[in-house]
Amino acid sequence: MGEVIVITSGKGGVGKTTTSANLGMGLAQSDKKVVLIDADIGLRNLDVVMGLENRIVYDLVDVVEGRCKTKQALIKDKRCPNLYLLPSAQTRDKTAVNPEQMKKLTAELKEEFDYVIVDCPAGIEQGFKNAIAGADRAIVVTTPEVSAVRDADRIIGLLEANEIKAPSLIINRIRMNMVKKGEMMSIEDVMEILAIGIIGVVPDDEYIVVSTNQGEPAILDNSSLAGQAYRNIVQRLLGNDVPLMDLENTNKFITKIKKFFKIIK
Amino acid sequence: MFDIIKFLNFSTKKEKSSGSVAKDRLKLVLVHDRSNCSSEILEKIRADIMEVISKYMDIDTEGLDIQISETKSTQNDRNVPVLYANIPIKGMRKLEE
Repeated sequence: MGEVIVITSGKGGVGKTTTSANLGMGLAQSDKKVVLIDADIGLRNLDVVMGLENRIVYDLVDVVEGRCKTKQALIKDKRCPNLYLLPSAQTRDKTAVNPEQMKKLTAELKEEFDYVIVDCPAGIEQGFKNAIAGADRAIVVTTPEVSAVRDADRIIGLLEANEIKAPSLIINRIRMNMVKKGEMMSIEDVMEILAIGIIGVVPDDEYIVVSTNQGEPAILDNSSLAGQAYRNIVQRLLGNDVPLMDLENTNKFITKIKKFFKIIK
Repeated sequence: MFDIIKFLNFSTKKEKSSGSVAKDRLKLVLVHDRSNCSSEILEKIRADIMEVISKYMDIDTEGLDIQISETKSTQNDRNVPVLYANIPIKGMRKLEE
């Protein structure tokens, strides 16, 4: 029996879809059978982030409304044979699915898959309720900004009210150079405010834009810092104890330049 | 010239960094969010408290301050919301029997 994990945040644009794509890919690469569900009905995006947009035949609403079998709607990933995507519908809206239907669907999928990862839409309305309906656990994504952290706090409250206990936190897009200058909240600040367990910190990485452009999740790239952060989170999901990445000394190029100038001084 | 720059630098450093401003603002906002208490309800509480206390005491309505804040719980280390009220008393009222 697999596990249903919902990736949620409250606020839009903090990296739920990118996180879903990368964790799904990483788990599948670790020989787990994984299905990604895009629960953002009407604003389909996980397919393009995964680079699978040209293969869609059926979608989530087709499955729920019985127009096809669940298996027919699953798109097999082109890079990883253990990974499948259930795309969302683009021409419908959130009311096309209800929480009971999502519960049934996730229950069916976790019979066959080790991980069912649900990419939750932004907001706290029907789309959110659908996405969390069948979840066994939740990962809350936030960035170190007041708006994102405030929304994350609200989401944590709603998850607890829905008896999804002990959600884990991902702090996304942290910029250590700004944290050092006191111009961005630190990992500790955000953890102190939200008071939930942390499962990972992902540095702000330009490569994410490149990887999204290409439809190749950053976790597939060995030189990407964000990719490394996602690989660590995958290990933690698998129950392995991996320390948080040392983000202080990652700007090797800049530190080298600084050292160089110190020498000639 | 150099001294002016140094001086400017010094004066800006004395100000709180925007990161800690963010943290403080967030903490305050979340106390309100978590307590689920709207400013409308708070206004009603304020009016009711004033009414009750005014029966016995002459209070300074201008200086009255009611807000939701946070304090450490006595049971565990977590912060819990508290209703904080600061009501300056001008004097006791003579109770009319």
